[in-house]
Amino acid sequence: MLPGTRMLERPGAGGPAGPGRTGGPFFGRPGDSGAVPLPEISPGRIGVWLIVGAVVVLFAAFTSTYVSRRVEPDWQTGPLPAILWVNTIVLLASSAALEWARRGSARGADVVARTALGLTTLLGAAFLAGQVTAWRQLVGAGVYLASNPHAGFFYLLTGTHAVHLAGGVGALAYAWWKVRILAANADAMVGALAIYWHFVDVLWLYVFAILFWF
Amino acid sequence: MAVTHDAAHAEHELTFIQKYIFSQDHKIIGIQYLLTSLLMAVIGGTLAMLIRMQLGWPGTKWGLASMLFPGGFQGGQMKPDFYLTVVTMHGTIMIFFVLTTVLSGGFGNFLIPLQIGARDMAFPWLNMVSYWLLVPSIVVLLASFFVAGGAAGGGWTAYPPLSAIPGAAPGSGLGQTLWLISLAILIVALLFGSLNYITTIFQMRARGLSLMRLPLTIWGLFVTAILMLLSFPVLFAAAIMLLFDRLAGTSFFVPTGVVVGGQLLSHTGGNPLLWQHLFWFLGHPEVYVLILPAMGMVSDIIAANGRKPIFGYQFMVGSICAIGILSFLVWGHHMYTSGMHPLVGTAFMATTLAIAIPSAVKTFNWLASLWRARIYFTSAMLFAIGFVSLFVTGGLTGIFLAQPPVDIHFQDTFFVVAHFHFVMASASLFGVFGGLYFWFPKMFGRMMNERLGRIHFWLTFVGIYATFFPMHFLGFGGMMRRVYSIQLYQHLRDLQPLNVFVSLAAFGLGLAQLIFMYNFLYSLFRGPKAERNPWRATTLEWQAPSPPPHGNWGHHLPEVHRWAYDYSVPGAAEDYTPQTVPAAPVPAHGSAPHGGSG
Repeated sequence: MLPGTRMLERPGAGGPAGPGRTGGPFFGRPGDSGAVPLPEISPGRIGVWLIVGAVVVLFAAFTSTYVSRRVEPDWQTGPLPAILWVNTIVLLASSAALEWARRGSARGADVVARTALGLTTLLGAAFLAGQVTAWRQLVGAGVYLASNPHAGFFYLLTGTHAVHLAGGVGALAYAWWKVRILAANADAMVGALAIYWHFVDVLWLYVFAILFWF
Repeated sequence: MAVTHDAAHAEHELTFIQKYIFSQDHKIIGIQYLLTSLLMAVIGGTLAMLIRMQLGWPGTKWGLASMLFPGGFQGGQMKPDFYLTVVTMHGTIMIFFVLTTVLSGGFGNFLIPLQIGARDMAFPWLNMVSYWLLVPSIVVLLASFFVAGGAAGGGWTAYPPLSAIPGAAPGSGLGQTLWLISLAILIVALLFGSLNYITTIFQMRARGLSLMRLPLTIWGLFVTAILMLLSFPVLFAAAIMLLFDRLAGTSFFVPTGVVVGGQLLSHTGGNPLLWQHLFWFLGHPEVYVLILPAMGMVSDIIAANGRKPIFGYQFMVGSICAIGILSFLVWGHHMYTSGMHPLVGTAFMATTLAIAIPSAVKTFNWLASLWRARIYFTSAMLFAIGFVSLFVTGGLTGIFLAQPPVDIHFQDTFFVVAHFHFVMASASLFGVFGGLYFWFPKMFGRMMNERLGRIHFWLTFVGIYATFFPMHFLGFGGMMRRVYSIQLYQHLRDLQPLNVFVSLAAFGLGLAQLIFMYNFLYSLFRGPKAERNPWRATTLEWQAPSPPPHGNWGHHLPEVHRWAYDYSVPGAAEDYTPQTVPAAPVPAHGSAPHGGSG
């Protein structure tokens, strides 16, 4: 640079590395060539949390529509198929089974892990079958998608939830196959999967609750 | 494309299809996104020319065009339905299938791993799926031109009831259904993409590359990915409900008492305003999805071509984040005329005007970065400076439109069309052009022609202003957007000469893009070979070969020792110091004081 040139900023001010050289993981550390940016979290886990975020936004959008629709004078809550209670218990049991698998996998008990994973997959599939039964019962009772606003939301919310849960069942089956057939260590995968599965579990409780009690 | 020895070794087992078609390499996927988006830009641009033909000379018989689009013309004249279809599809294609996909999908995929020193994305397979979902969504969208009733005609915002009732208008038929399906597929593709970008930037940065050492391009793409992840699911939800309304007879968005063709519909109790809320909750973050990556790339281009550090780096990062957060709080400014409570309108006005602050910070910082810089007026730099100009021009009219009393007057006029074509469309496009001229050597290993690039810039820059600036006056005069012919309205007829001018300017602007297409295609095969770092820039991607091989970095990953903007450091041997150079060889003595307030 030519002598006497004036600049608004001073290149190299505060050391040659510019900002971002000191102050913890966000700003790096002094002379931080060796610094690890953030605590090691497996990319799979971050990915699952991001999916959870996107699904939360999706259901938030449904909820806002639901909330503004249900205050209209023509709103009527429809019949509650009794099988939904059974499905709820099945799904809660599947979460417990997956937790069993996760802990088994974490301490290296492969037999426990794969048994519990298989059980979780079966319970998940049973929940889906139960949901299909509930829809069929409603259709049998003459309640269709367009019959009334509540029915529309019922099919929309339970259907969207079922699609997300089916994705989880697919991932569970894949993890089970990995452990059972490939005898591979699925620890990281089961850990990430547990986040998603517990989430769709809680999501079901939320959907169930807002459809019939709020 | 030249492949280095290392890469040839690593890739010997990949077939042509694995390497270039169903590739999991972020660079190939980025280039696939880029070329697909450019192809869509040709289609979207052609539709714009059709719009200007009709608005410039309504009622004229067009022989050639009516041969090309036999369904859209009657007796040589453009049909009103077809005009609405063209307007709708121009907006849809340009926003979702050109600018969103080229910035996040194209530049995002190509640049993120290279600029953060990673070998690839966190989830390469998901990345491949993302691109291969884009393709069917485009096929569905373009197929809608050929179904009965033609493509969607309800505007790119698809407001119900027009979009919810298949029999409402020719453009409300099957075309609208396909439009919704196409968008739903695209949303899944974009969500897979943003999942990847966020995870990759969080987890796969090179050693030493702290968040506050990232190039601003990465910051722009990072915040954009978060915006996409949190806003696109809302449009997805809305699209599903609208599809249900159309196909299953539900009434999410269709109110009681709608009469179509003399028949009362059975829908009851829905609320069309709900769609507007949901749509704009996506729609407004979406315009920042288009501008934030461009802002980031422009910052890097300005620093590299001005040979100066970007001014106020931390404020640049902060303002990107602030714009990202505010973008979720302003959607109501699209709905001032919807019968909104004045107090709510005032709240949305306040949040909208607040965006002017981070925007002004950025503009000031770009100007300060240029001040007394030793500027190399490369094509990329010209487009970057052009970006700043367009962003300011369009941003100022944004301040007008943020205020309900003004907006109620200008709502749905050409003033709005002028506003968003400057601030979002053209500015974003200039970011894309700047980025292409700048990173073309890295992408394809060859240089673009600079002389043609500068001619392209000047014709485009003048063309944009000549096309869109007069639209402000058309808006003042009361000309509505999406109007088929102003000759139908007594009070608008005097605006015809100005419309002729705009149309001629638009045709010139369109022709100027042929120069770019020629330059791009010619340079792809015949351009001079690019060296590793043709612009003498500091960021990591310029440390990799041009084009980078599979895996990007050979045996050793780069290690970062400094921020991305060490240009013209006093006492340094060269006027740029790459991020990989250890701190020691550049003694910070000389005129620069240590630990100053700067």
